Amino acid sequence: MNLQAFLVVAAALVAVGLFGALTQQSIVMLMMGLELLLNGVVLAAAAFWYFLAPAGTEGQVLIVIVVTAMAIEMAAGFAVTTAIYRAKRIDMTDDAAELRG
Amino acid sequence: MTTALFVVLAVTAVVAGALVFRVDSMARATFLLLLSFLAVAGLVLMTGLQYLGVVIVLMMVIEMVVMAIFMIMYMMNPAGLMPMSMFHNTRGAAVIAVTTFVALAGGALLVDWPVRGGRPAADLTMALGESLMGGQMLTMMTLGVTLFATIVGTVVLAAGRGRYDRLGDELDAPASDDRDRGGVGR
Repeated sequence: MNLQAFLVVAAALVAVGLFGALTQQSIVMLMMGLELLLNGVVLAAAAFWYFLAPAGTEGQVLIVIVVTAMAIEMAAGFAVTTAIYRAKRIDMTDDAAELRG
Repeated sequence: MTTALFVVLAVTAVVAGALVFRVDSMARATFLLLLSFLAVAGLVLMTGLQYLGVVIVLMMVIEMVVMAIFMIMYMMNPAGLMPMSMFHNTRGAAVIAVTTFVALAGGALLVDWPVRGGRPAADLTMALGESLMGGQMLTMMTLGVTLFATIVGTVVLAAGRGRYDRLGDELDAPASDDRDRGGVGR
């Protein structure tokens, strides 16, 4: 159990979350991918705190920020899903293409 | 013992996370994501951050249960009675994900990390609390304002018809424009 092992696990979580966020057609599943990605960031922050700078509290504060960001992401995501579903009966990302360049 | 626990939790976190996008049921996907979160919380607990580890457990259990409700609201096939495949651009995403993993893991393994500096505080929760109420007060206040903005924003987004729809842009309509009779007007 060392910093490298923690960071590799965190990298795997970020990669899996990124894959999910990029591939899922459902907006709700896409958000699950983002949550998984942030999950990896939490793990990396804990590992950095423990193995590099345990004397300070910055690592812990970073975890608090990321956990809050996860909650905000989910709340805002579901609000957007509700709004777009109410307006257009859409629950798939492929159908919501108004902003396509 | 510690290494074995680490390996079990790490494998659980990654495998459960990957299975989220493989199973046929929304409910199963949600609870697999919860399992992944709980394994990460276990890993956070292993670094000695008891308070934050428990906070992650409590928050994620609630968050995933709320998520399950939205899943069932918005998803086809919530119970997994049919096979389900909802991917697009799988190949490109796989390339991006593998490249990201290789870059991050390679960086983690190749970088010459500094040695551990200092010792953890005796009471980590107290140290975090004093930090958030002291030097990191700006962080805490920013989080508070952001959460409040989220509350307002989500309500505005999710509300079907607000008071401006009912009473006009200046809120001065003589009678409220309701779809059904019996609303609270002026």
